[in-house]
Parts: sequence; structure tokens; C-alpha cells
Amino acid sequence: MQTKIRVENLNFYYGNFQALKNISMEIYENKITALIGPSGCGKSTFIKSINRMYDLIDGAVAKGSISFDEIEILDKNTDVVELRKRIGMVFQKPNPFPKSITENVLYGVKRHGDVPKIEWLALLESSLKKASLFSEVEHKLNQSAFSLSGGQQQRLCIARTLATKPEVLLMDEPTSALDPIATAKIEELLEELKKEYTVIIVTHSMQQAARISDYTGFFLNGELIEFGLTKTLFSTPKDKRTEDYITGRFG
Amino acid sequence: MTKKKKRWLEEKSIEWVLIMVSVISILTTVGIVMTLFYESYEFFTVVSIKEFFTTLRWAPVFDPPSFGVLPLLSGTFLIAFLSSFISLPLGLGSAIYLSEFASKKARKIIKPILELLAGIPSIVYGFFALTFITPIIRSVLPDTSIYNALSASIAVGIMTLPMVASLSEDAMMAVPDSIRQGAYALGSTKLEVAIHVIVPAAFSGIGASFMLAISRAVGETMIVAIAAGQTPTFTLNPLESVQTMTGFMVNMALGDIQQGSIEFKTVFVVGALLFLVTLVMNFIAKFVIQKNREVY
Ligand SMILES: Nc1ncnc2c1ncn2[C@@H]1O[C@H](COP(=O)(O)OP(=O)(O)OP(=O)(O)O)[C@@H](O)[C@H]1O
Ligand SMILES: [Mg+2]
Repeated sequence: MQTKIRVENLNFYYGNFQALKNISMEIYENKITALIGPSGCGKSTFIKSINRMYDLIDGAVAKGSISFDEIEILDKNTDVVELRKRIGMVFQKPNPFPKSITENVLYGVKRHGDVPKIEWLALLESSLKKASLFSEVEHKLNQSAFSLSGGQQQRLCIARTLATKPEVLLMDEPTSALDPIATAKIEELLEELKKEYTVIIVTHSMQQAARISDYTGFFLNGELIEFGLTKTLFSTPKDKRTEDYITGRFG
Repeated sequence: MTKKKKRWLEEKSIEWVLIMVSVISILTTVGIVMTLFYESYEFFTVVSIKEFFTTLRWAPVFDPPSFGVLPLLSGTFLIAFLSSFISLPLGLGSAIYLSEFASKKARKIIKPILELLAGIPSIVYGFFALTFITPIIRSVLPDTSIYNALSASIAVGIMTLPMVASLSEDAMMAVPDSIRQGAYALGSTKLEVAIHVIVPAAFSGIGASFMLAISRAVGETMIVAIAAGQTPTFTLNPLESVQTMTGFMVNMALGDIQQGSIEFKTVFVVGALLFLVTLVMNFIAKFVIQKNREVY
């Protein structure tokens, strides 16, 4: 089992407010790591640290270390454009571009210019297939992405991210805006995706975490209370607070 | 009177006042348009439509007079066209800078300045063109006439720039942040996000600002009356003196012309033409905007 991302003593601040306190954890390659915890505990903040999305927020500062293969992610000199190609992100609410389905999927390669034009069509098809959306949209690839249902839009966003050939997928509550059927589709998809990618997923649903993930981290008030194999964490939690949370006694 | 009845009366009377106000403004517009077209009709009983639209000499107060409107049309479009080379790219550029690159602090300083610029009376721009821009052009190109289309176009462009910047920026700021974040998360640079995501997403608003700027340029009067001259010339040479439709109208309005005379009617016929040109442009703008509208 290979460590893909190693987080050490991560402290995160929004101005004076400390949102993450001394987080250390390992993200393993080709595994699904779920992050759970009550609202406001810092799950999204943690995810945003990994692809440096917090750069867009005024006054947000991360201290400590997050190493990703040979790269130190938090280093000021890290090329975030390159980093975000390798660490893709899917958001809570589907956010397709107001462009056609094709344009959405090919957005990344068109900008980065690292895939020759003759391969675009194949990439379009394979990305949509990996996101198990192809059969639903193959006859309307030139229609606006906004013509799709919410669940389809979310899978389009996944396809768009996969098309840039990332190594890691960050997903921040990717199914919270979707109905159970669309959710089931995406969960199935994750099972497939982990063969090729390392996945970190934030979820509010403990059932979801238990169903799909290999490892789970429980956050509370900016601290990582417990981290381990999903099976162990849900059957024999070590910390009283984890137990309270997963049995629904608070949060 | 019961409370309920009183409230009903209040509501009704307010409704009536509002209806009256709208009727007055509609009637005024209808009245203006009817006057324009009535006088134009009278004009065309004397001058043939063919002469008006196909001959190249505009000299209504000369003896013998000549009524070819093309020089005025070409003058108007020449200035609108040239000014758009300043207002559209610079306006859009400022909008992109303001919405995607500028820090909150910079935006706070620059936006009011732009709005201030938009509030400067156009006559000031006219004198600025004549006394500042024209000498610069003439120092580079000495053959340029004192009154020339280029100088007026530059001033019109500067005048309409803040409108493009401000309206385009509003449109770009209205693009939801989630879309921006999606683009950044795919590994885009700021410039790529601006050009490939935000500008296309805000296209309908940006297009509207472009059309408005061009409409303003077509209707602009004081700058062209002062800086472009009063020589109706059928030319595409920006260094020559030209006259626009509005320039002609203001010129005639200032001179003494006999009410009901043919010279008098030319003002209305040119006005009607200007009205039609602007109307068509607004329709095109509406069409373009509707076609590209995205609702978030
Ligand atoms: N841009 C910001 N500026 C200031 N504080 C912020 C910002 N974003 C988040 N916070 C604060 O940081 C803390 C952690 O927020 P975060 O979004 O990471 O929580 P979360 O665990 O993802 O919650 P949820 O489950 O509701 O999405 C919260 O207290 C929140 O108020
Ligand atoms: Mg969150």
C-alpha cells in the first residue's frame, strides 16, 4: 500500500480563525478515503488545502506540510496550475460551464494543449464512459450542459475532471444535491474509478462513507479525531466522540 | 368607510396615477415619432427617395440644393466604427481586469473613477478632442484637417469606454463563482478563466454593452459637432472633416431656418433616419442577447 499524499501538522487559518488544527494523515494510492464530521468541522477546508483552492480566498493561510509524490503542495513556488491538473476536484453542486457537453469535457485539454487534436474525440468518449454518462448523451454532445439533469451534470463534471487525466480526485459532497438513483450511479462509478485514481471524498452520509470507502477520517471542530480503516472505524471506534457521531448521538 | 374599502381606494388611485404616467410617456414618444414621419413624408413629396438615398452630395441650404444623405450616413458610421476600436477592446479589457484580476481594494478605487468618467458632459470631450487630440494627430500627420473624424472618434471612444467597462464588468461579476472555481480546479490560469469561461458566460451582457456603446456613438452630438467639422463628405478617410446626422441637425437647429421650408424638413427626415438606424441596432442587440442568454 502506497502513500499518495502525506499530510503533516497541517494548520489552516481564515484570517484569525483557525479552521484546521494540527492534522496529520496519509492518503493511500488507489483507495477511497472518506472524510466525515459535522457541518463546519473543516472537511471542505481540508480538501481545498490539497489542491490549493484556498489561494482564491483572501486571508486564507495553510501551515505545515502536504507532500504529494515529490512535490510539497504548500510550498509557495509550487505550480498550482500543474498541481490542479494532477489533483482534480468535483464540487458539491454541479458546476458545468455554460458550454456544450463536448466543450465541457474537452475544456482542460484545449487549455493545456498536451493532447494532440486527433485524440480529442477518443478522450471525449472515454471520459464520458468512465463517468458512465456516455450512453445518455452520445446523441446530444453539442447541446448545452445546462440541458442535463442535476445528476447528469455532476457526472459531466466528473468526466470533465477525468479528461485532464488526474492522479487524485477530490470530491466535496458530490452527491448531496442528487436524488438516490443518481447517487447510486455515482457510488458505483467510484468503485470503478479507484482502480485508476486515488479518491478523497467528503460526505455527510455515514452510510455512504461505510459503503464506498476504504479509509475514513472523522473531523470535529478542525481536528482529526480518528483515522483508520473504514471497517474498523465504524465497528470499533477508538474515540468516544467518533462513537457518538457514528451512532448519531450528536452532530 | 371601512378600513378595507379605504385600502382598496388607495390601491386603485395609485394604480390610476401610474397608468396615467405611462400613458403620458407613451403618447409623447408616439407624438415625436409621428412628427418625424409626417415631416419626412412632406419632405419626400419634394425630394425623391432615390435622390435622397443614392446621390452623394448633401447641400440642402445651397442653391441649387442637393439632398443625398449618404455623406451624413457615412460620417455617422465612420465615427461609430472608429470609436468602437477604442471603446470595445479597452472597455472589455478594463472589465476583465476589474472582475478577474483586480484586488478588492483596486476595484474600490477604479470603479468610481470609471463612473465619474461616464458622467463628464460630452461637450467637454468635444473641446478635449479639438484642443488636445487634434493637435497630437496633426503633429504626427500634418495633412490632417483641423476638423477631422479621427479626433472625434477617439473622443467618442473614450466617452463610451466607461459604459462598456461598467456594464461588462457587471455581467462578468454575475457569473457564479462556482463556475470560476470549476475552471481553476481544472488547472486554468487567471487569463484562461477570464477569456475561455467568464467572457463567454457573460457574453449576452457584454454584447449588450457593446451595442449600447455603438448606439451612443451613433447618437453622439456635441463631440462630433465640435471636433469632426461640418463638411458632409462621402469618405472613409478618418483624417478628413465629415458631418454626421446629429452634427447636421444641431447645425441646422442653430441657424435660422424658416419653419415649413424644405431645409426645415431635412432636419426631420435626417432625424427619422437616425431613429430607424438606432431602432434596427437595438433590435439586433436584443436578438443577439436573447440567443446567448444563460440563466443561472
Ligand atoms: N472563506 C471563509 N472565510 C472564513 N471562514 C471560513 C471560510 N470558509 C469556511 N470557514 C470556516 O471554517 C470552518 C470550516 O469550514 P468548512 O467549510 O471547511 O466546513 P465543512 O466541514 O466543509 O462543513 P460543511 O459540512 O457544512 O460543508 C467553519 O467554521 C467555517 O465557518
Ligand atoms: Mg463543506
